Amino acid sequence: MLLCDFLRHELQAFGVHVGCEHGVCGACTILVDGRAVRSCTQYVAQADGVDIVTVEGLAEPDTLNEVQRAFAKHHALQCGFCTPGILCSVTHFLRDTPKPDEQQVRDMLSGHICRCTGYASIVTAILVAAAVLSQKS
Amino acid sequence: MKPVAFDYYRPQGIAEAVALLSDKGDEAAILAGGMTLGPMLNLRVVRPRAVIDISRIAALKTISVRANVVVTGAGVTQSDALNSDIIVREVPLLAMALPWVGHFQTRNRGTLGGSVAHADPSAEIPLALVASGGTIVLQSRRGQRRVAAREFFVGALVTQRQPDEILTALEWPRSPPDTGHAFTEIAQRHGDFAIAAAACGVRLGKEDQVEELLLAIGGVEDRPVAIDVNGFLGRPAAKMAVDLSEHAAAIVNPLEDHSASADYRIALTKVLVERAVNAAVGLAWQRRNRLQ
Repeated sequence: MLLCDFLRHELQAFGVHVGCEHGVCGACTILVDGRAVRSCTQYVAQADGVDIVTVEGLAEPDTLNEVQRAFAKHHALQCGFCTPGILCSVTHFLRDTPKPDEQQVRDMLSGHICRCTGYASIVTAILVAAAVLSQKS
Repeated sequence: MKPVAFDYYRPQGIAEAVALLSDKGDEAAILAGGMTLGPMLNLRVVRPRAVIDISRIAALKTISVRANVVVTGAGVTQSDALNSDIIVREVPLLAMALPWVGHFQTRNRGTLGGSVAHADPSAEIPLALVASGGTIVLQSRRGQRRVAAREFFVGALVTQRQPDEILTALEWPRSPPDTGHAFTEIAQRHGDFAIAAAACGVRLGKEDQVEELLLAIGGVEDRPVAIDVNGFLGRPAAKMAVDLSEHAAAIVNPLEDHSASADYRIALTKVLVERAVNAAVGLAWQRRNRLQ
C-alpha cells in the first residue's frame, strides 16, 4: 500500500493529496523525520517507526501558522490541490534556508506543480513568511 | 497506479540483505530511496515478487575519507551528500552535479547508489562518477568486487551488476585543491531528465598549460561516456574549449528519441563542453592562484 493511501484512507489525513502517483507532481509531499518527501513513492511498511507530519500537523487545530497566513494573504492558492504538499516542503525548506532569495524559493518550488497561480503569488508568500519568521527568531 | 503486490523485506545489515538477494535472485528488487524504483513499481513497469528495502541499513549511510578516495555508502541521500563538507571539499564535481538531480523533495530521499544502480543515461550522478574516474563496490555472497565506473555502465538501465549483487558503495577520487570543475546540462525544465550534460575537471601547470583533464558527457549516448582527452594534455588551457568541444562532438554517438534528435544532441554537446571547459579552467586558474 502506498504511504499516501494509508494516510488518507486509514488515518483520514485528507490533506495528503494524491496526484501523479509517481513522484512528479508534489501534491503528496509530507514530512518524514522532518524531511519533505513524496508519500506516493513510499510504502506503508517503510513508515514503521518514523515520525510523520502531514499538513494537518503544521499548526495547532483551527489556527494557521505564519506560512499558511502568508499563503492566504497573498493569494498563493486557488484550487488548493497542490497547497498541502507545498506547505510541507516550505516547512523543511525554511528550517534549512531561513533567509532564502527568490531563486532558492523557485528551485525548491520546481518540485511542485501548480496549475492555478503561475507561482508568482506562492513565491511572494514564501518570501514574506520567511522575512516574518526570521524577524521573530 | 498502484504496484503489483510484493513481499517486503527490511534487512538490518548488509550481510542479511545480500543473503536475501541471493535467495530471491531475479525476482527481487533492491529499494533504497525509491525515487526511481517507486515510480517503476507504481507504473507496473517492474513487477518484482520481493522488494528488499536497504534504506535503513546504517552502514550504507556513511561518507568517509580514505587515502585517495572518498567512499559514499549506497544509501547516502542526495541531499545529505549536497550538505556534506567532505563532498564539497573533496569531490566538488559531485557537489556541482547534485543541484541538477531532480528536486529538493526527491533529493531528500533519493540516494547516490540508487541513481548509479539504475543507470539512466541522462542521470547526473553516474556522469559525475564516470568523469571523476570513480569506482563502484558490489557485494554478493560470492564476495566483494570493484568495477570502474567507466566500465560499469553498459547501456540504458544496464550495468555490470549481477542479479545477486548489491551496490554497497561508491569510491570518488579525492580532488586536488587546485583543480577546477564544472557541471552543466540542458533539460526542458530544471529537474527534468537531461537532454545532454557535460562534466569537466581541469588542473593547470605553471604556464597555464593543461596538466590534468577530465571530461565526460551524459544524456547523449545510452550511458555516460568519458571523452579521451590525451591529445589536449600540455596544451595552453586558454584556447582549448572550442577545440575540445569539436573533438567531443565528433566522437559521440548520440541517441535519438522523443526529446531530441541526434543532430541536436551533437549541437548541445558542443555548446555544453565549451561552457563546462571554460568554467572549469576559470575556476582552476583562480584556485591555483589562491593557493600559490
